[in-house]
Amino acid sequence: MSIQQLYSEAQQLSTAKLRDDIVQRLYERSHRLCREGIKYTESRRDTRTEKLDAIFTSPIFGFPIMLTMLGVLFYLTIAGANIPSSMLAEFFGSLEIYLSAFFTFIQAPDWVHGVLVLGLYRGTTWVISVMLPPMAIFFPTFALLENYGYLPRVAFNMDRLFKRVGAHGKQSLTMAMGFGCNAAAVISTRIIESPRERMLAILTNNFVPCNGRWGTLIVLASLFMAANFTGGLKSLVTTGVIVGIVMFGIIVTFFVSWVLSKTALKGVPTHYTLELPPYRKPKIFDTVVRSSLTKSWSVLMRAVKVAAPAAILTWVFANIFIGDTSILMYAVEFLDPFGKLLGLDGYIMMAFILGLPANEIVLPILLMGYLSTGSLTEVDSLVDLKQIFLDHGWTWLTALNMMLFSLLHYPCGTTLLNIYKETKSKKWTFLAFLIPTVIAILVPLIITQTVRFFGWL
Amino acid sequence: MGNSYRVALAGNPNTGKSTLFNALTGLRQHTGNWAGKTVSLAQGNVLYKDKTFNLIDLPGTYSLFSNSNDEEVARNYIVFEKPDVTVVVLDATSLERNFNLALQVLEMTKNVIICINLIDVAEKQGININERILTNRLGVPVIKISARNKKGFPMLLDTIDRIVTGAIECVPVQTTYPDDIEEQIKNIEPKVSELIGNRLSARWVSLRLLDGDEKLLNEISKRFGQKEGSE
Repeated sequence: MSIQQLYSEAQQLSTAKLRDDIVQRLYERSHRLCREGIKYTESRRDTRTEKLDAIFTSPIFGFPIMLTMLGVLFYLTIAGANIPSSMLAEFFGSLEIYLSAFFTFIQAPDWVHGVLVLGLYRGTTWVISVMLPPMAIFFPTFALLENYGYLPRVAFNMDRLFKRVGAHGKQSLTMAMGFGCNAAAVISTRIIESPRERMLAILTNNFVPCNGRWGTLIVLASLFMAANFTGGLKSLVTTGVIVGIVMFGIIVTFFVSWVLSKTALKGVPTHYTLELPPYRKPKIFDTVVRSSLTKSWSVLMRAVKVAAPAAILTWVFANIFIGDTSILMYAVEFLDPFGKLLGLDGYIMMAFILGLPANEIVLPILLMGYLSTGSLTEVDSLVDLKQIFLDHGWTWLTALNMMLFSLLHYPCGTTLLNIYKETKSKKWTFLAFLIPTVIAILVPLIITQTVRFFGWL
Repeated sequence: MGNSYRVALAGNPNTGKSTLFNALTGLRQHTGNWAGKTVSLAQGNVLYKDKTFNLIDLPGTYSLFSNSNDEEVARNYIVFEKPDVTVVVLDATSLERNFNLALQVLEMTKNVIICINLIDVAEKQGININERILTNRLGVPVIKISARNKKGFPMLLDTIDRIVTGAIECVPVQTTYPDDIEEQIKNIEPKVSELIGNRLSARWVSLRLLDGDEKLLNEISKRFGQKEGSE
């Protein structure tokens, strides 16, 4: 007899209320165990949690508090990362002089110096100095909020909005994971039981800017959006822009979820119980050490592993000439008309395409592209950086469009791979690529054409 | 290595399972894959006496009825990968809800330790837990710990040690169901037993078949199907 036959036999024996009976018995036994094995000496209830919940999940204060928390988190990250970032950049810059000197000393051919120092070294150190400080601040702070027990309250607050667009309230938790890494967040959608709502969460996750896109967003926002401000105000304006970008991503998430649940993924959201655990004081030291050491480190290693080959590849493409034009330039010129239509340019499109393996490397590739075509300036500070962009015809519109494209475009290679592993469907993986790409093209296109039509620029 | 034992950590979400895992393994954790499932679970080693305990942090779940992917992952690990010991971590402040999962684990496997965490918080709230009565009722060791404060670890590790050496034998007390269900189980259990031998608990599989757990059915035919052909 096979297991299948046994199964059908069992099904004939079984009754519809069997599961209910089983669960009821388990709960009865749990109750009995507690009655026998536990004594309550004093009935001191956890009133602190109740009081805090009245504030954090209040219909009036809930959303403002959430937005403030998000703002503070971003502000700390941006303002705090500024100085260590420039210190790291300076440090790597000064080290580069010695490296170059060493290569001259051993009389290495120019191309070896080019590949290793100008390509590999510059590319990876850029990723490190731009990515590491924000990560080292963002991850521990976020982990503290998580350990304190605030995140489930966010899910609670957002639940009604998600319900309205036909998605699952727990999606806000997977979105919160997305701030760190979309690839990890796609795996975390497992907490959503219903396959339909889980698919919605997977398909829309990359509208939350992951750690790899932080660098791009922060740099562009502070260079172009907050250009006329200085000191503390500058960080504040940058934060405002970033919060705006994140909010826009959330709006797009709602919109896409709504459209999908009316079309390809029809259905009514399932009910679920969300546990609101008691607030617990996090072990601050442990949390900070663990999240900055392990999490930042592993994300950074991934970034470097991808950045290193991409940096070499870009340098090679930029320096192999067919006729009098490099391979990179052929691609750039090919992509340029399309990029211009979106208020971007060929270099930017090229950077996003080469950046498919990891979003961290989009900006470094873009810079290497710009720098490979003549003006080989040393990028010692953000001012130099802005000059490079301006030399290539950038305006605030270019920066805004690039930020939006970065926010909305297709998920990175790792994320796509995880989506395929989780959904086991080529169709849905392709859609996870297609939907964001179409949106990422449409939004800058509309903005650019509108701005040009009204002659605002 | 004959001195290496696999210890799985199961439990509801937010019971401090990962805190326990990290506290026991230190920062020496790494992610590992296991056969058949493309998900990575955190794994880490604890050295105790002359032995290595390889801890596996299963996803936190409220039940093991395979409603969700996470539940399936945790369930499959306990049942098919057969860890040497399964530690079920419970939140001392909400035991009544947490026991549900523990009782399900007791139906699935033999070597179980019930580990009641957050005992410091519970004591502050005036909750006194008599672990002897619970041990007696459940048939497996019940241990109180505070993972945050690293309290109760020696006892936990020693109990794991004594289970793997055979010094303690776990005899999980099974939940009895209403008479009609028990009758159905009695009907089907011998046939299940004949088919799967002692690779899985026949009582538990019978119960799952009666409950219409198709995912488990598929998993069993996938894992045991080929073997039967060659035997």
